[in-house]
Amino acid sequence: MPRLNNPRVTLAIIAVALVLPLVIQNFLTFQLTLVLVYAIAIIGLNLLTGFNGQFSLGHSAFYAIGAYVAAMLMDKADFPYAMTLPVAGIACFVFGFLFGLPALRLEGVYLALATFALAVATPQILKLSPLEHWTGGVQGIVVNKPEAPFGLPLTEDQWLYYFTLLITIVMTVLAHNLVASRTGRAMMAIRDNPIAARSMGINIALYKSLTFGVSALYTGVAGALGAIVVQFVAPDSFTFFLSISLLVGLVVGGVGWIPGAFFGGAFVLFVPNLAESFSKGLSGAVYGVMIIVLIYVLPTGAAGLTRAASRWWRAKA
Amino acid sequence: MRVPSDRWRVAALASFASIAIAITTPALAQKKYDTGATDAEIKVGNIMPYSGPASAYAVIGKTEAAFFNKVNAEGGINGRKINFVSYDDGYSPPKAVEQARKLVESDGVLLIFQSLGTPSNSAILKYMNAKKVPQLFVATGATKFGDPKDFPWTMGWQPNYQSEGRIYAKYLIDNHPNGKIGILYQNDDYGKDVMKGLKDGLGDKTSMIIAEAPYETSDPTVDSQIVKLKASGADIFLNVATPKFAAQAIKKVAEVGWKPIQIVNNVSNSLGGVLAPAGFDNATGVLSTAYYKDATDPSWKDDPGFKAWSAFMDKYYPDGNRTDGNTVYGYLTAQTLVQVLKQCGDDLTRENVMKQAANLKLDLDMLLPGISIHTTPTSYYPLQQLQMEKFDGTRWQRFGPVISGEVGG
Repeated sequence: MPRLNNPRVTLAIIAVALVLPLVIQNFLTFQLTLVLVYAIAIIGLNLLTGFNGQFSLGHSAFYAIGAYVAAMLMDKADFPYAMTLPVAGIACFVFGFLFGLPALRLEGVYLALATFALAVATPQILKLSPLEHWTGGVQGIVVNKPEAPFGLPLTEDQWLYYFTLLITIVMTVLAHNLVASRTGRAMMAIRDNPIAARSMGINIALYKSLTFGVSALYTGVAGALGAIVVQFVAPDSFTFFLSISLLVGLVVGGVGWIPGAFFGGAFVLFVPNLAESFSKGLSGAVYGVMIIVLIYVLPTGAAGLTRAASRWWRAKA
Repeated sequence: MRVPSDRWRVAALASFASIAIAITTPALAQKKYDTGATDAEIKVGNIMPYSGPASAYAVIGKTEAAFFNKVNAEGGINGRKINFVSYDDGYSPPKAVEQARKLVESDGVLLIFQSLGTPSNSAILKYMNAKKVPQLFVATGATKFGDPKDFPWTMGWQPNYQSEGRIYAKYLIDNHPNGKIGILYQNDDYGKDVMKGLKDGLGDKTSMIIAEAPYETSDPTVDSQIVKLKASGADIFLNVATPKFAAQAIKKVAEVGWKPIQIVNNVSNSLGGVLAPAGFDNATGVLSTAYYKDATDPSWKDDPGFKAWSAFMDKYYPDGNRTDGNTVYGYLTAQTLVQVLKQCGDDLTRENVMKQAANLKLDLDMLLPGISIHTTPTSYYPLQQLQMEKFDGTRWQRFGPVISGEVGG
């Protein structure tokens, strides 16, 4: 797998990311913030699918739980927005772990189907009238936008971008370290050969459930950030289509390559808009064609492209 | 000494400048602009579900675009052309937020006009009011979009859903007091709003409702809901669904051999968009309400309003489906906005747009006789009247008086 661990490249990227919101419109800053939010969710999915070999069509549910936990805490309990992230993350970890315990005995497509059920059920559960007092029912919850603290001369959008960027960097580094650790190697061993992994003494059920929990945690944090950035949660924001979008982002970015999540996030956010500019009536079809073309041209996603580019660079040098 | 002379010069200059400003100020006062308005054009934003489950409504956006083309071809409004920027949100709330922000912050529109759907408009309601950008004549009848006290920058257009529900309740109590009502409704604000109006209207006769079957916009069909309602033994079927689902429901009711008294709500009374796909045979006898002229009703053949609409369709939207009532809806809403912008004159600030929108007394010739648009700074519901109608197998026949269903708040 290609690596962006060349410190100069990493620093350059971070420098660009820091300067960007100062020179672009607020609206574009808002979109970039959403790219980062999706990137965190895709990293979560990547840990599960790319590194542990399990499929999930239910990550929209974890995203929704994260978003709702954050929105409810801010709306009902006046929680400061930054404090909602760890709560949302922990809630999703617990939920993911518990869901994972029984579900992960299922393999491949069967697990995909079980998680699919989760994705379909979540928006409807959020609409249930007994929960309406908390979830706001179909109307959802409107959240206030946090202002920049310490009197920093930043707009709300710029501040949220930097806040999200910080979280993203931390989450990316943690994911990177996790994958490079002994635990990460166990995760990959389970992906590559479960029988061999078991014979080496890896508790497969435990590791799978833990991976599911961590993956849900990432997606939950992304959901909480998404709620803060969009300022609105409603059940219809978290349909099954969101799960598919995350999966598209994962494949486009490159399965099993963490920085790919950023390419994936950008793809999920910008390409549907691009498709719409071609044709309003056929935007879905244009988007579909774009995905098909991309998968044919770049079957390994942005990861493959980066790998090819760095190989070419080295050959030239 | 140099310094005083310089001072004198500065003072002289300053006085000249102030005189100059004093002279030019009245001229400036005549032309006042906010972002999105210039001498040459007025930028109007719009959000429509061109894709997704509610895409049948996209005709509205297309008709409005066509109408603004007509206005522009005829010289614009007070010499200014309308630049209509319309985006797709696929009926998804977070996408609507993104598109609204794009319109306001990136495209710099003067106002957002006719953004469609209750969930999408709920999602942008707070943003638009915080930004103080008019969210004008939203394409939803949800009762909450007429709250000048809390949301002074947001205004609805069509008769709100609660008044509609009350009108059905009144009709049912008068004509079928022993009926058993089964209801199909969309599980969101819109469906629940109609339900609230209906229940308020039924009062102590709410027990007439014996079955309720909600559906989600993400459901592929409403077949199972219809089967359930039939099994409940209801003999009145109230169809509170958006066009695609309403058509499915009417068709399914016929397929399962259920023969209730059917009422389809106003948003889905389109002949071309709902009844034709459901099958005219299946839809015969269905009741609904109306407030604008049905373009497929031949009795309007010589009506000047119909003729003007027809000429517009021929010239500016020739491939539009003339049997789809949404083409009339789009035509009427666009006319309403044009009237507001005309009233604004050269004061095209967002504040004045809202002031003029809240000061309308307008007769449009495609509205039914006796129904007109009326707003005041405390009443943000431009239309509050409806008339019952029945489908006779080829067209809608109106009956009974124009009913006003005013709701407080």
